[in-house]
This record gives sequence, structure tokens and C-alpha cells, in this order.
Amino acid sequence: MRKVYLDNAAATPLLPEVREAMMPYLGDIFGNPSSLHDWGDGAREALESARKQVAALIGANADEIIFTGSGTESNNFAVKGLALAQQNKGKHVVISAIEHFSVLHSARTLEKWGFEVSEIAVDKYGVVNPDDLLRSLRKDTVLVSIMHANGEVGTIEPIEELTRMTRERNIPFHTDAVATAGTIPVNVAELGVDALSMAGNQFYGPKGTGALWVRKGVRIMPLLDGGIQEEGRRAGTENIPAIVGLGKAAELARVQMADRMKRLAPLRNRLLKELPGGIERVVVTGHPENRLPGHASFCVEFIEGESMLMLLNSKGIAVSSGSACTSRALKASHVLIAMGLSHEIAQGSILFTLGIDNISEDIDYVLEAMPPIVDRLRQMSPLYAKFSKTVKGGK
Amino acid sequence: MPVYSKKVMDHFTNPRNVGEIENPDGVGEVGNPVCGDMMTFYIKVKDNRLEDVKFKTFGCGAAIAVSSMVSEMAKGKTLEEAMKITPRSVADELEGLPKQKFHCSNLGAQALNKAIENYLSKKKKGGKK
Repeated sequence: MRKVYLDNAAATPLLPEVREAMMPYLGDIFGNPSSLHDWGDGAREALESARKQVAALIGANADEIIFTGSGTESNNFAVKGLALAQQNKGKHVVISAIEHFSVLHSARTLEKWGFEVSEIAVDKYGVVNPDDLLRSLRKDTVLVSIMHANGEVGTIEPIEELTRMTRERNIPFHTDAVATAGTIPVNVAELGVDALSMAGNQFYGPKGTGALWVRKGVRIMPLLDGGIQEEGRRAGTENIPAIVGLGKAAELARVQMADRMKRLAPLRNRLLKELPGGIERVVVTGHPENRLPGHASFCVEFIEGESMLMLLNSKGIAVSSGSACTSRALKASHVLIAMGLSHEIAQGSILFTLGIDNISEDIDYVLEAMPPIVDRLRQMSPLYAKFSKTVKGGK
Repeated sequence: MPVYSKKVMDHFTNPRNVGEIENPDGVGEVGNPVCGDMMTFYIKVKDNRLEDVKFKTFGCGAAIAVSSMVSEMAKGKTLEEAMKITPRSVADELEGLPKQKFHCSNLGAQALNKAIENYLSKKKKGGKK
């Protein structure tokens, strides 16, 4: 059976070049970069060269990069660490309604610590309106955190316009760029942000790798206290093999980005166009144009995402869904609900995230597999039966 | 993929008794799309027995498997026997359900019960059958 992996938002395969780069650090070069002897030197050189590679990916200075253990850690660090460091100026934080849980729940924790959090609504495409951000800003606002792109619906936010609102007021702006860094061009100066999160597993690097970029001069409170690794901003012995992998993946992403995007977009466009073309009552979620290159997301009406996912899996196709049934909390995706979709429609969420290994035949296969699966589930669905009777007037 | 038993996977991939009954003797509907699952059961009764049971379900793999299993368990039973089918007995027949699915997707017995009650109340009113 053909195997088609379309869940690259969850995990990307490790590139062979990345694995090769990591191997020596799982072998002979095992020293601690904090050590002053020769063994430490090898590890320290690797660490600093990875820092340069990561900085180059986002147009930053190497000494502004802090390595972390994941995108989630970077977001926790940014939201809590930046807010805590400025709390003498105020205790108001602004986020969008569609942030990743690592931002959303960090903001909830800030509330428990006495901060006030404002959540900005989004439009039907999941876009934050700069005027809404402006209206939410107060004298005591000390942090704004709005994601660069949403990993669930693919929408890219107008960060350049949003940071214009905060810059003249001197409010630090953090962006969660986990879905974009290494995937589309990201330049911290152009975006105008003060802090940016990224994760290696999104661009063919190892899992458990992340980085937070913080503009020089912006204060941040460490989450982990201990030694003076990462200039004292993140204590703990560095995971050198993983960081080397992250660095290599960042370098490859920078060099190959244009080619990767050029390959992904036409495949993604086929899905966006031909899937709703071949099945009635399928809506594209997220922005039709301003979206991640490998990202195609939909809601299929009258059926539920987990059952679609399982039947696609039985055909060798890996996808994901934001339906209530697929979440451990049994709640529909907060992103789809914030975009104004009903719970009923959100239940039919299905998400295809393409990667550099996908070819045109994979898309043919998916477009062929989907209609019978949808039809089969609809034949079982009481909602579809009602729709057929009332709207179509037939059977 | 949620950890489903072989029995659940079997009933999900080959659900029994999917469909509607024309002029059913009873209909029972439960659930709402906010929690994720909706089930409608249709029954045909003859001589106090469930001569036919069919269902339509909107929901996850567990919800579909539960509906299929309930229909299979109920078919041919007397109304009194069928009323004794519970979420627990359905889950047991399915060789278990994941914990988080037990409450939200395990509505089949309730939907069947509602269909039987619907039949009984119609019978009371109309004196039919």
C-alpha cells in the first residue's frame, strides 16, 4: 500500500545531513561546553557555530539566540519571562485568541500571578486586525504576543503592521514563529519584533530543540535558574547533539527555502482547489492566499475528523484534525471556534501539512481516497440525512 | 490514533445495521455536536421483540463502533431485555473503550432506550399494536 505522510506540522523527518552532523556529538565529542579543557572546547565550538547558523536563518545576531528544549519552552520563556521582567511598569499582557496552547496557557498562568490578559479576536480567516491590537493597548501593557502563522489553519499574520502599533509605545512584542521559522522567510528586523520563538522539529531538525531570540537590550527573566549557560538566561547543560542538529537544519532551511517553497505551493494549491471541487460542502479554513506553503486545512460538513483520520490511516495516509473527538480534552479547536465556525462544522476539521518528500502522485492518491471515505461516513451521518432531505429535497 | 480494541476497529470499519427504517415503530436521538457525537436509532417491533434496529451516527470511531455494537446486541431481544443494555455492557462487549471516550461517545444504549420509550408512548396513545 502507498504511504503518504501529510502531518508535517506534527513532526518532520530528520534530514540525513542533519543526522550526520549530529553523530560525532553522540560519539567522541562528548565534552561539556562549560569545561575549560580540550574536551570542552570541541563542544563549545559546536554550540557557538550552531548559534550562528540559527541566527542567520532569522537575520539576527548570534549572541541574541538562547537555545531551549522546544517551541513550547521558548513560548513559555518569552511570555512569562518578558512579562515578569517588565512588571514594575505594568501588569497587562495582550495575546490573540488563536495562539498555541504554550502561549495561551502561559498567559493563564500570568493571570494567576496577578497579570491581566486581553485576548484579541480574529476574523473569519484567523487574521488579527491591527486596529484591534491598537484598541487593546493600555498604559500598563508590558507585552504583546501574537503568532507569526497559525499551525492549524495556516494563516500568516501581518506582524509588520502589528509591531508598528507597539514600537512607538515601547511595548515589547513577541511572536511565536514555530510554524514559520525555517519554512518561510523570517527576518526579525523586517518583522519589527523584540522576541521570536522557533522549533527545530518543524524544519527537519531533531525533536526537543528550540530557540528563543531576544533583541539585545530587552530584559527577560530566566525560567530555569542554575549555572550561567546561555549567558545565565537558561541554566542547564546544553544538549549539544540536538543543538548541532538544529543548527544544521537551520542552515539547510536557509539555503533550500526558496526551492522548498516553490515545490510545496503547487501541491498545496491542488489540494485547496481540487478537494472542495470533488466533494460537496467542504470549506477551506484559514486565509485563502496568506498561508503557509505546505498547509491545506478544511472542514468537511456532516462528519467528524477522527473517523476521517482513521479511515485515511487505513489507506496509508497520515493527517490530523482539530475536532473535539481528536483532542484529549474533548474540546473543539479554539482556533476554529475563534474564527467563528460552529462546533458542528469544527467537528469536521481535517488538516494536511505537506513536506519536502511529497510528490504530485501523493496528492493524486489523497484526492482519490478522500471522496469515498467522506461518502461512507456521510451515509452513516444523521446530519447528512437531514441535509439531504431538507436542502436537496431528495433522498 | 486512539488506542482502540480490535473489536472497536472491526465495528468501526464494518459497522452493522447502518441506515434508517421506513415508518419505524420508534426513534431515539441523543447527543449534540458541541460534545462531538450524535446518534439516531430506529426500531421495528414485532410481538414485543426488536425485529429490526438501524442507526445513523455523527461522531468519532468509538461512537460509530458503539452504535454498531448496540444494534447488534439489541436485534431479536424482547423490549425488556433490550432496555437492560447499558453503556458498561456495550463497552464490555467492545473489549473496552478508551477512558476519555467512555462518557462522550458511549451514547448508543441511551439512544436505543429512547427509541423504545418512543415506541411505548406511541403505543399508549394510539393503541396501535
